[in-house]
Amino acid sequence: MKRRGMKFRKSLNWIIKAYSIFFVILAVALISWILYTVFDFGLPALSWSFFVEPTKPYGIENGGIANALLGTLFITAGAVIISVPPGILGGIYLSEFDKDSKLSNFIRFSANVMMGVPSILCGLFVYALVVYNTKQFSGMAGSLALAIIMFPVILRTSEDMLQMVPDSLRESALALGTPRWLTIFSIVCRSAKGGLLTGVLLAVARVGGETAPLLFTALWSDDWPFHFFSEPTSNLTVTINEYATNSPFEIMQTRAWGAALIICVAILSLNIFCRTAFNYKKGN
Amino acid sequence: MATLKKQLINPEKFDKVFKSLCAGSALLVSLLMAGLFIQLVYYALPAIRTFGFKFLISSEWDPVNNIYGALPAISGTLLTTAIALIIAVPISFIVAMYLVESASPKLSTPISFALDLLAAVPSIIYGMWGLFIFVPFMQKFFKSLFGIDYSGFGFLTGGIILAFMILPFICAIMRDVFKLVPSVTKEAAFGAGSTHWEVSYDISMKYGAKGLLGAVFLGLGRAVGETMAVLFVIGNVQNVPKSLFGRGTTIAATLANNFSEAEGILKSSLFELGLILLVMSLGVQVLGQLWLNRVSRQMGEK
Repeated sequence: MKRRGMKFRKSLNWIIKAYSIFFVILAVALISWILYTVFDFGLPALSWSFFVEPTKPYGIENGGIANALLGTLFITAGAVIISVPPGILGGIYLSEFDKDSKLSNFIRFSANVMMGVPSILCGLFVYALVVYNTKQFSGMAGSLALAIIMFPVILRTSEDMLQMVPDSLRESALALGTPRWLTIFSIVCRSAKGGLLTGVLLAVARVGGETAPLLFTALWSDDWPFHFFSEPTSNLTVTINEYATNSPFEIMQTRAWGAALIICVAILSLNIFCRTAFNYKKGN
Repeated sequence: MATLKKQLINPEKFDKVFKSLCAGSALLVSLLMAGLFIQLVYYALPAIRTFGFKFLISSEWDPVNNIYGALPAISGTLLTTAIALIIAVPISFIVAMYLVESASPKLSTPISFALDLLAAVPSIIYGMWGLFIFVPFMQKFFKSLFGIDYSGFGFLTGGIILAFMILPFICAIMRDVFKLVPSVTKEAAFGAGSTHWEVSYDISMKYGAKGLLGAVFLGLGRAVGETMAVLFVIGNVQNVPKSLFGRGTTIAATLANNFSEAEGILKSSLFELGLILLVMSLGVQVLGQLWLNRVSRQMGEK
């Protein structure tokens, strides 16, 4: 370290501190600004008909977002159904069967890489895999794209959660003659179930607001999402995209803000719920 | 049926079945990684054959004559990412440092929580906020302060919104890195009469230098592939950037704009753009991962 006068060192310390406080305030102001905007523009859109009427084509003034809301629920639920079983089984493999080998390290590595793949590429992948071959956009394809994003996240978090279970629990179960698979399900998974659930919920929160992977897979429509497997399926985020960028009508933009408010509140409360209820800190 | 039942009851056998089931699920993630790459290469082949290496350096985007070049999208991606990093890295560094090293827990816990929430806000919200609030703001800001006629749409706005998006993300990793510094080391420096800043700069930052760089890499990976937040404010024209205030596009924005209606060679070109994006983000991710692995090994944890 260079020798410097005490005065210089102390004032430098204060300057840096003032800088940090300034930027912390800036960051907090930014969050407040964004959230304030979403509430300010979104609240006027909320009404009874907003929640029960389906979206209407351009030019028709009244309408809601009920079908998009339902479609988003369907697509996300589909993604959960597809990604949770292999995600948790894969986590079991990494934590119970193969803790440290070349193979498991490679799997961890690919999971980390997949978590960093831009979400739009998952949409492209599913488009080429499903939509291109079946010649049909469908809600199912959207679910698949979201599932590809969720899968590595669930894999890694469930591995972390299962590893927190103390070995003595496993040993005592195995000493009683319990088969390995039963030990894993009834002892290890049961004691880690809060953590596993948190991992899944955080993954849902991560994909629930995704737009890019749905652009080429689920597309959107003004219909109710009952042809989930065979037709473009309405969903909130792509509807927001359409209404905010392509629509000249102010009422549609207001509706987009209303949809944005719903999605924002849903995802933030899911996050807050996970963090407070299970006191789980997202590990990176 | 009877044999199957026997096998299920036989724990030895079922354990093996169960283990291979788990191994298969885990391997699925590696298969997906490989599949994504192969799929993109396969569909990009027509464009690669037609345009060859020129695709990367040509700035032509001519749907009438079916000639496409990736230079505007690639350079736009690099420029917005660079702007985002230049803004977000120093700020998240200083905020993370403050929250871990000098703020009282009463202050740092809620602020860290709020920053984590900011990281969870969906990107389309940033996009909308950018389009309706931030673009007019930038327009007025540059008009009244510098007298520059800036439409508000362009690389600068896109880069700043990206910075807002990756800031909480980088900040969260940097907080973890700062927390890894053993307090004995810091206390020794305090004991020798160092100020807070000297401890942070000379001890914590050097101790965690590699971890901090890993955080930057991960933030970079996010910024490169972000679609919705940029799409709304970038202007969406195939221009090679000439100034920060120009309108342009990025790879992800080009994909989002053109893909659903594209046919033939345009579609293949878009797949090639996707491939370039994948290679860029994979490169960043792999470098970042290798770096972080090395750091954690050096710090003696797995």
